[in-house]
Amino acid sequence: MVQALQYFFSGITVGSVYAIVAIGFNIIYSATGVLNFAQGEFVMLGGMVAITLASFLPVPVAVAVAVAIVTLFGCGLELVFFRRLRSHSILHMIIITIGLSIVIQELALHVWDEKVRSLPYFTGNEASSVKLLGAALSPQVIWVLGTAAIVVALLQLFYKRTLYGRAMRACSSNPEAAMLVGINTGNMRTAAFGLSAGLGALAGCVISPISMTHYEMGPGLAIKGFAAAVLGGLGNPMAAVVGGLMVGLIEAFSVSVIPSAFKDVAAFAILLAMLFLRPHGLFGRPSGVSVREV
Amino acid sequence: MLLQVRNLRCGYGSLEIVKGVSLHVDAGEIVTLLGANGAGKTSLLRAIAGLLPVWSGDIRVNLRSVVGEPPWTRISHAMMLVPEGRQLFGDMTVWENLLLGGYHNLDRKRAIEDVYERFPHLKGRSRQLAGTLSGGEQQMLALGRALVARPRLLLLDEPSLGLAPLMVREVCNCIKRLKEDGVTVFLVEQNAVAALEIADRAYVMETGEIILEGEAADLVTNPEVRRAYLGKGYKEIWE
Repeated sequence: MVQALQYFFSGITVGSVYAIVAIGFNIIYSATGVLNFAQGEFVMLGGMVAITLASFLPVPVAVAVAVAIVTLFGCGLELVFFRRLRSHSILHMIIITIGLSIVIQELALHVWDEKVRSLPYFTGNEASSVKLLGAALSPQVIWVLGTAAIVVALLQLFYKRTLYGRAMRACSSNPEAAMLVGINTGNMRTAAFGLSAGLGALAGCVISPISMTHYEMGPGLAIKGFAAAVLGGLGNPMAAVVGGLMVGLIEAFSVSVIPSAFKDVAAFAILLAMLFLRPHGLFGRPSGVSVREV
Repeated sequence: MLLQVRNLRCGYGSLEIVKGVSLHVDAGEIVTLLGANGAGKTSLLRAIAGLLPVWSGDIRVNLRSVVGEPPWTRISHAMMLVPEGRQLFGDMTVWENLLLGGYHNLDRKRAIEDVYERFPHLKGRSRQLAGTLSGGEQQMLALGRALVARPRLLLLDEPSLGLAPLMVREVCNCIKRLKEDGVTVFLVEQNAVAALEIADRAYVMETGEIILEGEAADLVTNPEVRRAYLGKGYKEIWE
């Protein structure tokens, strides 16, 4: 029982990171129609930049600055690589994101070398633990879960209650009508990349003490996040949360059935099963809209 | 002259749809553009709204050229297009649609109240998703969304399309009221009878060119217009 609980918590911890990556996929997908496979790189960059800054800044400041820097980096990517390519097909742009992912990894390898690094624990250290329902948890797990919960709540508030959030939804609901009411859809796309990058960076910071930061961590996260987004149904950020947690949980519990070296297989199996059986996701509606060419 | 289009040419790919169109709309007028399907009316409106690139020619709003400006800056010229097929934000509520209509209007809350006054029907449905409204209600909402921006020039693309006759009447009455409130209307319609009834002037477009223009009252009796667009009376004139 206690062991199941331990699996459960480790599952929702990685799951909430997948969820944030999946939300990032969704934010960019709904604003631009592009699947950004460089999503995992934002997580890696967030962690790396924060680790570098933490050597001379207090950790909270380092995290805040890292998130800000990666947010600007995300905006920059949109401005440089995507804004001018609007006339190209969605497929071209998706391939560009894969290229960007490789370039960013190589750059990270040159800047930070191949060492595995990590931020210090936000509270306590590796040894400290919190008892929750009989399971022993690292305090950092609480940080990860809390951050994910706050991110999801704030994002929901942003999309449902603010003018800019609604404008962003309008851009994905009907881009042309959004332009007609005076929404600068180009800037909205830039903002979507920035928001998505910032969230990824934040996830990269809070997860860094537990799962370490490495220049190659991005693609793996992107695939898991993509699996989570597909599981929930692309275009629905809140479904991505459920998708992320489910991928995390399935991965964690798979360890009790199959050798842990195969735990990535679980995520890919879900992804494939989902794409074969229910390509619109658990919560999506089957429609042509979700594969539209923008 | 509130809107002036001169020698406008535009199209899709290498296909020229609008072949050198000139027209103007004065402040306070209702001007209608008639024409059959595929005449290029919608393309012309899309070019005026900035959604379709202009190949050559000029579009002036209040004497200032807007060619090359992106569509989202049109509202700074107090111009708004209600596109063909309403183009609502279907997965958002009626109220949210109206709110976004006033994206650049800081006084949007009061403008929304004014729209609710104009279309009392919408008020009761303000929390309903726009996509679940009936066709007539959707047209009201599309008009309302544009009005929240408080435009002085309103471009309407086929507002009567797919509506029941009673709703067509309602839309016409609404356009007449807009004129009384000082909004200038450029109305593109296939329903020539309804459009000519409320318009001051009219243009007739065929295969990308303006072939006729004049007072609406004169065009109603023009045999060419009657033959092509009014249908009724075809026999008495030609047989």
